[in-house]
Amino acid sequence: MEVETAPAESSRLNSPPRPTSAGRTTDLARDVMVKYGFIVVTVALIVWFALSEERFRQSSTIFSMLKFTSTVAIAGLGVTVTMVIGGLDLSVGAGAGLSVTLAAMTMVMWARSGGVAVIVVLLAGAAVGLVNALLIVMLKIPDLLATLGVMFVVQGLKLVPVDGQSVSSGMTLRDGTVARGSFSDGFLQIDRGKVGPVPYPVILFVVLTILVWIFLTRTKWGRIMYAIGANPEAARLAGVRVNLYKAAAYIISGVFAAVAGLILASRIRQGDISAGNSLLLDAVAVSLVGTSVLGLAKPNAWGTALGAVLVGIVITGLTIKGYSYYWQDVAKGAVVLVALVFSFTLSRRKARFVPAV
Amino acid sequence: MARDDKPGPDTGIQMDSISMAFGDNRVLRGVSLDLASSEVTALIGANGAGKSTLIKILAGVHTDYTGSITVDGVEHHIDSPQTARRLGIETVHQRIAEGIVPGLSVAENLLFEQITSGEVARFASLGRLLPRAREVASCLDLPWARSFLRTDVFEIAIADQQLLVLARALSRRPRLLILDEPTSALSAAEADRLFGVVRRLRDDGVAVLYVSHHLTEIDSLADRLFVLRDGRVHVQQRPPFDWNTAVKGMLGEQVVFEQEALQERRGADVVLRIAGIRLFPRAEPISFDVRSGEVTGFVGLLGAGKSELATGVIGASPFTTGSMTLLGRPYAPRRPADAIRRHVYFVPEDRASQAMLPGWSIASTTSLPFLSRFAPSGFIHRRREARHARSLIDDFDVLATSEQQSVDTLSGGNQQKVVVGRWMRGKPTALLLDEPFRGVDIGARREISHRVRDLAAGGAAVMLFASDIDEILEVADRIIVLTEGTIRSDLYTSETDRDQILADMSEVA
Repeated sequence: MEVETAPAESSRLNSPPRPTSAGRTTDLARDVMVKYGFIVVTVALIVWFALSEERFRQSSTIFSMLKFTSTVAIAGLGVTVTMVIGGLDLSVGAGAGLSVTLAAMTMVMWARSGGVAVIVVLLAGAAVGLVNALLIVMLKIPDLLATLGVMFVVQGLKLVPVDGQSVSSGMTLRDGTVARGSFSDGFLQIDRGKVGPVPYPVILFVVLTILVWIFLTRTKWGRIMYAIGANPEAARLAGVRVNLYKAAAYIISGVFAAVAGLILASRIRQGDISAGNSLLLDAVAVSLVGTSVLGLAKPNAWGTALGAVLVGIVITGLTIKGYSYYWQDVAKGAVVLVALVFSFTLSRRKARFVPAV
Repeated sequence: MARDDKPGPDTGIQMDSISMAFGDNRVLRGVSLDLASSEVTALIGANGAGKSTLIKILAGVHTDYTGSITVDGVEHHIDSPQTARRLGIETVHQRIAEGIVPGLSVAENLLFEQITSGEVARFASLGRLLPRAREVASCLDLPWARSFLRTDVFEIAIADQQLLVLARALSRRPRLLILDEPTSALSAAEADRLFGVVRRLRDDGVAVLYVSHHLTEIDSLADRLFVLRDGRVHVQQRPPFDWNTAVKGMLGEQVVFEQEALQERRGADVVLRIAGIRLFPRAEPISFDVRSGEVTGFVGLLGAGKSELATGVIGASPFTTGSMTLLGRPYAPRRPADAIRRHVYFVPEDRASQAMLPGWSIASTTSLPFLSRFAPSGFIHRRREARHARSLIDDFDVLATSEQQSVDTLSGGNQQKVVVGRWMRGKPTALLLDEPFRGVDIGARREISHRVRDLAAGGAAVMLFASDIDEILEVADRIIVLTEGTIRSDLYTSETDRDQILADMSEVA
């Protein structure tokens, strides 16, 4: 049945509301707020924490905060790439958890070097991304649902070879022998190492942010991914291989989750089976926050990085101020909601990055 | 709801001076229809003529109409779907999915109203439902076995779903049955069975309102024809129908703006050869050549196969039959990217949903199909991209402040200039334009027409698809009329004229 009110609909789309002369000042104020509001809030928070808490002013606190932020931020960068193509990867937490277990298995159970562990983990991350991609692209399962399913499968599957146990050096294996291997020193340096005062994970976080930013905004591949997110049908008719790029986005996300998992494994020094569990929600949250940071109302690398830092500042600040751990989730949720108000309510750009189920 | 009273000869449903507006958009402007008992009344009209609104008023969906509706001599205001049903009005909508409940069996779907009304126990076992379900199915002589009635309704063929919905409507013994494009999902044999049912219903005294784009069906079935355009009834006829007048009434006489005499050109070299392609499963295969140097216009009513032809040639929905060659070499695009690589480009019908990227700048929209040219190493050369977009803006007189302006803020005509322009600058071998003048102002329309003709003169093949004859006459050198998936005529403009084209479009097989 044809939609006979179509002309009215299209004319609405074709002419976005124009500011009236009376509303121009308030519109300008709104634009400024949308563009810089979040940065102002962040700076205000930093100033408040720094003035009121002596410990917050120490550079070691700052770097430790950034170090803990880096895993969330790196997983969030992967989620951001999937959000750019109009999807959302819910399997990043499970992917990172898988990485922790796999890294421990490689080094502890099979007594291989840290280098081998890194390669195994990155390949496994890419494989998880590929499975997501195949489910979404070939079997046409909606992004959210496919990655939700994969999340559960990966969470469960990683427990099979380790009999549901955390892997640590000296553990007794299935055949009764004691595990020969242990986490290599080099591998432990991933989290512990520093250049001057700057921890390796923070350097990795900044470098990956810059790389993703360049990829998304300066290369044709990133541009094409944004096109798919904006209007997949128009992109396809303009010659874009939509499925190929969707698949690439999920593979990138899988690898980023694996990198986050490597840092986690190096930090906790054992194959903790619960590692990565909280990473998913944090990574999605910072990506959502990221859409509003620079007023772009679309997923972007710097936004995600700054979003992660902002969440880190809030958490650290609250902890130093002595609030209980359960206030952390309240604060995270509040930050996300405020960010979404910026993106959806205040921004005049139409925010559209949440996949339909 | 069973009714025992058989309607008399002068009964039926009369709609008198029905008007309806959505905001400022007046969709119906005083429509009077007489839907007599024992008659099949056909309603035709182009998109936006008001057919759907009219049906929805009768079905009780749109209730704030003005004018009166009389059922068997008594005036009623149809204020809800329940009222419509109580008055004996049953509607079978074009979208079958709106009529069935997924997850329930065929039997439960057949008895759905009885179940929701409590007439049949909600949790009655399937076995107890089956006899009554067969009763409903028998309204349409559906030979459905018990195992079929137990099947989940989503597992049966679309044609069977359509028959199910129809059987359910018939089981309520309607006074007026509204069928909206009922054959779109049916095979020829199933359609014939449906026609038989419709004729029998008519003989039983039911009024049938038959809405369709298929003139052939109407020609064989209808006792009366109403043609709707811009919310008014423009033509009403009794058989034998004069299809020429009917289609003219449907499309209207366009206000032809002063038009420079078109210098007809005839092309020489075959660019695209199409051989043995079926546009619809039931349609005859078609074959033709598209030559460079001339603009080939394709004209036909909705459902004639224009979109199927265009999307097939550019690989958006590839043909499954026949073959194509492009410049003498085999051409079988599986996706638009394949077509673009061979310099076959496409301006889609619905700009907003198929060409525009919300929030994108003119520059990015322009470069998207040819990004590799602007990014040989992968990195986008932004200055080159901007320069390219600026020259397009100058060249096509796009009204914009800069190449970074968002396409959302451009008028329809300027958006279309950007879309058409970006393809023209990509050295097309063939350019396909589907309804390129929709939502485009006269100025932009002229500009685009000129460019399209210049492009053809420069040696490209141009295929232009439209349902508006005047748009086609404005640009095309050669006009191919499509009806129901086949080529009705293929003539140069000097060999035909508006009336002839109208006659071809409305010719009924």
